[in-house]
Amino acid sequence: MTDTTSVRPRVGTRLPTRTFVISRADLMRYCGATADFTAIHWNERVARAVGLPDVIAHGTLTVSRALHVVTDWLGDPGALVEYEVERFARPLAVPDDDTGATLQVDGEVTEVGDGRAVLRLTIGSGGQTVVSGLRVVVRLPS
Amino acid sequence: MTLNRDFIGRTRTAPEVYEVSREKIREFALATGDPDPAHLDPAAARALGHPDVIAPPAFATVVWFRLGGWPLFEPGFGKQKQPVMVLGGQRVTHHRPIRAGDRLVHTTTVADISDAGPHERFTCVHRITTVDGEPVSTVTDTALSRGTAEAGR
Repeated sequence: MTDTTSVRPRVGTRLPTRTFVISRADLMRYCGATADFTAIHWNERVARAVGLPDVIAHGTLTVSRALHVVTDWLGDPGALVEYEVERFARPLAVPDDDTGATLQVDGEVTEVGDGRAVLRLTIGSGGQTVVSGLRVVVRLPS
Repeated sequence: MTLNRDFIGRTRTAPEVYEVSREKIREFALATGDPDPAHLDPAAARALGHPDVIAPPAFATVVWFRLGGWPLFEPGFGKQKQPVMVLGGQRVTHHRPIRAGDRLVHTTTVADISDAGPHERFTCVHRITTVDGEPVSTVTDTALSRGTAEAGR
């Protein structure tokens, strides 16, 4: 974690690429924590019946994971003041194996000014885009 | 069946208050793989200037999922069991972080319903405030109602 006072982003600053793993157990845990028990997130039979390749992760879980790239960098997660998913491009299938699905998160600073910075994150898995644009606004230390 | 566009502009406040506890914040943070002490340890949160542990930014979607279901289940709205609605986009704005001890009120406004080819696009704005009216978070979500537009039938 970075001390907040050391965050002095400039346009074009890239955050280090991070990878996260989401397993079936993570999906169950997220179902419980959010009370979102929509069957496509835990029941393979239902997921396949609606045309999905497998059980898929909650879009909100995928985004939560990706935001850690920014909050870890900020030091104070309370400095993240806004985020916006432009589009959930592709569902993230989570296989029933010991590995799960791997996410890759990249981020870049796109604007700086008025005590704030704007970042744009992309989330991919296996070379395919999962979330095409995740816009994040952070408050910078004065 | 198309969604009932008479609902555009209507607002409803959920009758229940969402009480935020340290344990719920901890549960959510760890369920999303986030062991940041600002979510787990009141002393660490205070060192950052917060009165108590703060929730991760995406916690607003837990409150939204709990209390933001209107008007999907109102008979006159026209939402059928099938097809399910798919979340297309979402914006979460924090006026301040959600924190332990908050007592939150959730108000939903139907902002727009429009055609998107064979589908309908359905946008709601959810305002989360304290019981005293202090703005905390705003969640704007856009869902796609698959195949329900006139052009999709």
